[in-house]
Amino acid sequence: MTLPNRLEIKNLSLSRGGRQLLRDLSFSLNPGEWLHLQGDNGIGKTSLLRVICSLAPLDEGEVLWRGQNIHEDLPLYLKDIFFVGHKLALKEELTAFENLAIECALMGVPAKDLDLKQALDHFGLKGREHVPLGILSQGQKRRVALAKLKLARAPLWVLDEPLVALDSHTVELFTQLLGQHLTSAGMVILTSHQPIQLSGLGRVLMLSR
Amino acid sequence: MKAFTAILKRDLRVAMHRKVEVLSGLFFYLVVATLFPLAIGSDLDILRRIAPGILWVGALLSSMLTLGRLFEADWQDGSLEQLVLTPHNLSLLVFAKIISHWTLCGLPLVILAPVLGLMFDLPIEFVLVLMGTLLIGTPILSCLGAIASALTLGLRGGGVLISLLVLPLFVPVLVFGSGAVESLAAGLGSQAYFSILMAMLMPAVFFSPWACATALRVAFE
Amino acid sequence: MELSGVERNKVGCQWDNGHSKNETDKKMMGFFFKYAPPQAFYRLSGKLIPWFSGAGVLLTVAGLWVGLGMAPTDAQQGQGYRIIFLHVPASWMSMIIFMAMAFWSFLGLTFKTRLSGMMTAALAPTGAIFAFLSLWTGAMWGKPMWGAWWVWDARLTSELILLFLYLGYIALTSAIDNPIRRDKAGAILALVGSINVPIIYFSVTWWNTLHQGASISMTKAPSMAHLMLLGMLLMALAFWMYSIAVALYRVRTLILERESATKWVQSLAEVVD
Repeated sequence: MTLPNRLEIKNLSLSRGGRQLLRDLSFSLNPGEWLHLQGDNGIGKTSLLRVICSLAPLDEGEVLWRGQNIHEDLPLYLKDIFFVGHKLALKEELTAFENLAIECALMGVPAKDLDLKQALDHFGLKGREHVPLGILSQGQKRRVALAKLKLARAPLWVLDEPLVALDSHTVELFTQLLGQHLTSAGMVILTSHQPIQLSGLGRVLMLSR
Repeated sequence: MKAFTAILKRDLRVAMHRKVEVLSGLFFYLVVATLFPLAIGSDLDILRRIAPGILWVGALLSSMLTLGRLFEADWQDGSLEQLVLTPHNLSLLVFAKIISHWTLCGLPLVILAPVLGLMFDLPIEFVLVLMGTLLIGTPILSCLGAIASALTLGLRGGGVLISLLVLPLFVPVLVFGSGAVESLAAGLGSQAYFSILMAMLMPAVFFSPWACATALRVAFE
Repeated sequence: MELSGVERNKVGCQWDNGHSKNETDKKMMGFFFKYAPPQAFYRLSGKLIPWFSGAGVLLTVAGLWVGLGMAPTDAQQGQGYRIIFLHVPASWMSMIIFMAMAFWSFLGLTFKTRLSGMMTAALAPTGAIFAFLSLWTGAMWGKPMWGAWWVWDARLTSELILLFLYLGYIALTSAIDNPIRRDKAGAILALVGSINVPIIYFSVTWWNTLHQGASISMTKAPSMAHLMLLGMLLMALAFWMYSIAVALYRVRTLILERESATKWVQSLAEVVD
C-alpha cells in the first residue's frame, strides 16, 4: 500500500551564517494544495526551499514525504520532486529542443519529440525550437525553462521566483499550467514577489523577523 | 542509463560549440613542451633523456588548466543543481562528466604526444610506450582531478587550489608513467609499469565518481 | 489564511547540545559521544591540556637526556647523527597526525558531529609543522653527510609530498567560509589523501631505487643501539603529548569561535568582560 503524497515539515529550525532564519516551523501540504512563501529578501525563503529539496541541511526538525524522512530514501523522494530555481539550468549553446530532451532524460521521463514540440509551442516558442538558446531573449529563455514543467511528472513542484522576467501572457499560461497540475493531484510550493492567482486550496506563508 | 548518455552527449555537444576552450588545453601542452628546450638548451642527448618527464609533466599541467572548467559552467548556469536533484545515481552522472572531460581534454594530449616526441627526438618505441602510459594516466588524472574540482567549486583561487590538491595525489601516476620509458631505455621493459598503472586506474575509476558526487553535495551546503 | 512561521531570533538554548538527527543511534557509543557536543568537549579538554603538556615536557627532557647524553657516538657519523632524535620522531608524528585527521574525518562524515571537523582542522597545522621539521632536520643531517642540503631520498621526498597534502588541506579549508562545507570538504580531502599516502610512499620508494638515489637512513644500519631507539621513542612520545596538548588548545579556540553565538560561550569566564 503506498501512502498518499503528502509533504510534512515538522519543527524545522534553520540558521545560516550564525543567523537564525527559521525556528520550529511546521506545515503540511496535501495533493491539490499550494503554498506561497512570502517575505522580504534574505529572510530565508530560498533557504527553506533548498532544505525541502534536500540541497541544504537543516538544524532541527524533519522533512517528511509520504510519512518518511526524505533522507532515508533520497532517490525515491527526488523522483517525486521537481525544482526550478533562479538559474535557468539550460545550455546556451544547445537548442531549446535539445535542452528539453536532456531535461527529460534527467527527470526520468520518457518523452517523444512530439511532446517536446508541444511543450515549447504551449509557451509560444513555435519556430524557435531548433535555434541555439543564446540567440533567444531572456524572456524566451525563461519560457523554455517553464516548458520543462509541462513535461515534468513529479507531483511536488518547488519553484523559486518563477515569474521573473515574464510578460503577462506567459504569466497567464504559467498560472494555467499550475492550475492543471493542482487539479491532477499535484502540489506546488513557490516563492514570488509578484502576486499570484491560483485556484484550489492554497495558503500564504509569511516569513518575518 | 539514458541520463548517463544524455549528460555525455550534452557535454560533448556543448564542447563542439566551444572548440576554442577545448583546443586551448592542447595548445598549452604544446607551449609547455616547447619551453623546456628553450630553457635547457637544444642538446638532443639531454632532451631525449628528459623528454618522458617533460611530456608527462606537461600533460599534467594542461589537465590542471582544464579541470577547473569541469563543473564550473554547470555550477554557474544551474545545471549542476539539477544534476544533484535527479533521482538517478549521481555517481553515474558524474562518471559521465569525467568521461567527457577525458575525451575532450585528456585524449587529445595522448594524440599530440607523438608530435611532441618528435621535437625531443624520442625513438618510436619510446613514443609508443609514452602514449600508452599517458593513455592510462590521463583518465586517472581526470578522475582525481574531478574530486578536487568538486571540492573547490565556487571558491576563490580555484584553479591554483585544484593544482595544489591534485598534484601530490598524482605523484604515483607520474612516477610510474614517466618511469616506464626510463625502464625501457634501461633495457628492462615496461610491462611492470603498465600493470601498476592499470592497478591505479581501476580503483580511481570505481572510487572517484562516488567521492566526487559526495564532494558536489557538500558544495551545495 | 495566514500562518506565521518565525519568532524573534532567540540566541542559545536550541544549540546547547548540538545534537543532530543521528543522536539516538549514537547513544550506544556512550562515553565517546558524551563528549561529542562542543560544550562538553570544551570542559573536558580544558582539564586534559595541563596533563598532556606536563607529560610532553617530561618526556622531552627524558628523550633529550637519553639522546644527547646517554646514547653512544655513532661509528660512522660521530656526533652529527644525533639530529635523528628530532628527525625520526617528527616524521613519525607527521604521519600519525595525518592518520588521526583521517580518523576524525571519517567520524565526522559518518556521524556528522561538528567536533570532528574542528579536531581535524586543529591537528593540521601541527602535522604540517612536524612535516616541515622533519624536512629541515633531514636537510641539516644531509648536508654534513652528503654534502648537499637536499638529496632526493625516498623518505624525504615522501615527507615533502606529505607536507604538500597538509598545505593543500589548509589551503582548501581557508578558502571556504561556510563552516559545514569547510568541515566536510576538508574531511573528504583528508580521507582521499590518507588513502594515497601509502601509495605515494610506495611509488616514491620505487622511484628512488630506480634512480639509485641517496638514502638517509639510520634504521638500515646494522647496529642500532638500544639507547638510540629508546631516545627516539621517548622523543616520539614527547611530540605526541605536545601534539595532543596543542590540538586540544586549538580546538578550544575553534569551539569558541564557532559557537560564539550560544549562551554557554557568552557566559564563560574567558569571554565575559
